[in-house]
Amino acid sequence: MLATKRLKFNYTPNEELTFPDITCKAGEHWLLLGQSGSGKTTLLHLLAGLRTPKLGAVMVGDTIINELPSGQLDRFRGKNIGIIFQQSHFVRSLNVLENLTLAQRLAGLKMDFPRVSAILKQLNVHHKLHAKPEELSVGEQQRVAIARAILNQPALILADEPTSALDDTNTEQVIQLLKEQATAVNAILMIVTHDNRLKTQFEKQISL
Amino acid sequence: MNLLKLSWKNLTYKPLSMLLSIVLFALGVGLISLLLLLQNQLEQNFEKNLAGVDLVVGAKGSPLQLILCSMYHIDAPTGNISLKEARPFLNPNHPFIKQAIPLSLGDTQKGYRIVGTTQAILGLYNAKIGTGKIWEHNFEVTIGANVAKEIGMKIGDEFKSSHGFTEDENLKHEDAKAFKVVGILKPTGSVIDQLILTTTQSFWLVHEHEEEHEGEEAHAEKGHHEEGEHHEEGEHHEDEPEAELTAIPKPLLEESDSAEITSLLIQFKGRNFQALNMQRNINDNTDMQAATPAIEINRLYSLMDTGEQALRALAVVIIFVSGLSVFISLYNSLKERKYELALMRVMGAGPAGLFFLIILEGIILAIIGFTIGIALSHLGMQMLAGVMKDAYRYSFSGWQFLPQEWFLLIGALVIGFIAAVIPAIQASRTGISETLTQG
Repeated sequence: MLATKRLKFNYTPNEELTFPDITCKAGEHWLLLGQSGSGKTTLLHLLAGLRTPKLGAVMVGDTIINELPSGQLDRFRGKNIGIIFQQSHFVRSLNVLENLTLAQRLAGLKMDFPRVSAILKQLNVHHKLHAKPEELSVGEQQRVAIARAILNQPALILADEPTSALDDTNTEQVIQLLKEQATAVNAILMIVTHDNRLKTQFEKQISL
Repeated sequence: MNLLKLSWKNLTYKPLSMLLSIVLFALGVGLISLLLLLQNQLEQNFEKNLAGVDLVVGAKGSPLQLILCSMYHIDAPTGNISLKEARPFLNPNHPFIKQAIPLSLGDTQKGYRIVGTTQAILGLYNAKIGTGKIWEHNFEVTIGANVAKEIGMKIGDEFKSSHGFTEDENLKHEDAKAFKVVGILKPTGSVIDQLILTTTQSFWLVHEHEEEHEGEEAHAEKGHHEEGEHHEEGEHHEDEPEAELTAIPKPLLEESDSAEITSLLIQFKGRNFQALNMQRNINDNTDMQAATPAIEINRLYSLMDTGEQALRALAVVIIFVSGLSVFISLYNSLKERKYELALMRVMGAGPAGLFFLIILEGIILAIIGFTIGIALSHLGMQMLAGVMKDAYRYSFSGWQFLPQEWFLLIGALVIGFIAAVIPAIQASRTGISETLTQG
């Protein structure tokens, strides 16, 4: 479960962002809508523990993540939160397989080749197992990023504008994929977007 | 996929950017290691051959030259001394002298020095006969183990000696009687391994014809026979009886005053005041000079030391620059890698993980540089060993490893660590959100 309480954040002292409280249960799919500059990426980073709120709490499962020290928070995030960024980033010196097993190792889990292999097959990028990130197309990069986000069977999957660069057909596919994968591991899926095409696809929505 | 492997992948992903650091590291480490090896083996060779000799007495000239010639057999003699002058030291009843060993030098066989001496020299170097027997008659020789090995001399072989210290067929004593190998010594690891030993009198007999031929001048001219001296004929002593040539020679004390030797190796009975004064007495009151091996060798070390210090300082500068180069490469790579560093934190690495990742990269560079440097220095030493062996007949080896090399490794690791520590701290402070939203 994911919950926030009285969450406040400020970049500069006189410009405070206040966020509505959120409560999501396992397996639910949510859409977080907002115009550019409404603070939706900031909220996503707060939910992921990438930033520390000025006030309030973010709970993932039973853990108030904004109270963890940075090393433990990193470890917790690696295990429990999968994140898909607007732009996919990889460790450039490692191939797809190594990037994924690195995600397992850094989260403190054992390397699990069969799982990596199975997920890449589901996402249709298994043939790129030994390719370097720079050799992938943008679409392939996004699918590998999705694979990495769900790899450790997280409780929470966060996606930041996953469809902003995609046409209608691909948008449909990616959203389907995310929903399927989230359902497969019974995770909360939270998609942050300003893309109105997605509105019809999600029942649960938050607007900023 | 652990941190070590990841560091390695990062380094090999852009190998060229790290090449300079590694090359500099290898050069610095290699230079220091080579200096250590060279110094160590030189000192080993010098000290091993001190052989308990307290004083070397020879003709006036450079004391270092006298020592290098008489103890290490690498320089030309300073000249000769007459038996008349040397006689007091040869007296077995001398109050301070335990033993004095005469040396006659100046001839070689295939670059190996022939030494006219007495059997007492064997005791000096703890040499034992391996096969055959110890020389006894004139024109019998017993050869050191290296001589036998390197020029393939066997018992029963005969050869005519060559004048001077260079290999030159034109300088052979063609008209003198040939030497005959009667024994081979066991290897001792000392200079005696590369000597050809015979009686002092054999030396005189080989050179007798020259003096006859060259007339009075040769007698007047004090000093050893210069290299390159010509001596065409030798018919004068064709009528010398064979029996006299191969006789067991008389003790040196009974030989004539005008006979000459090159030098005397002297061991004292004890290091008392009179014995120590003997050196000054000889230098002040005779036409001879006396030199102390240990002092001269220390003088040689201090001569070498100046050059060594300069090279060592150069090596330290190179290593410092290599450390700087490691620092700059790592620091620059942080900029290119900021997204993946942030990403690694997202995936759970933690600030400590990033710190160690960068430290590991610095240390891996240091280890690679160190390994290449050590390999280079030992290869270089092995190549030098070949050259030195040809020039001086001393054995050096590239495959001898020193405990100091471990200190060098520790030093390399420390430099790798220090060079990486600032970039590592920088990496550990990577802010995830700030970096990723910059995108």
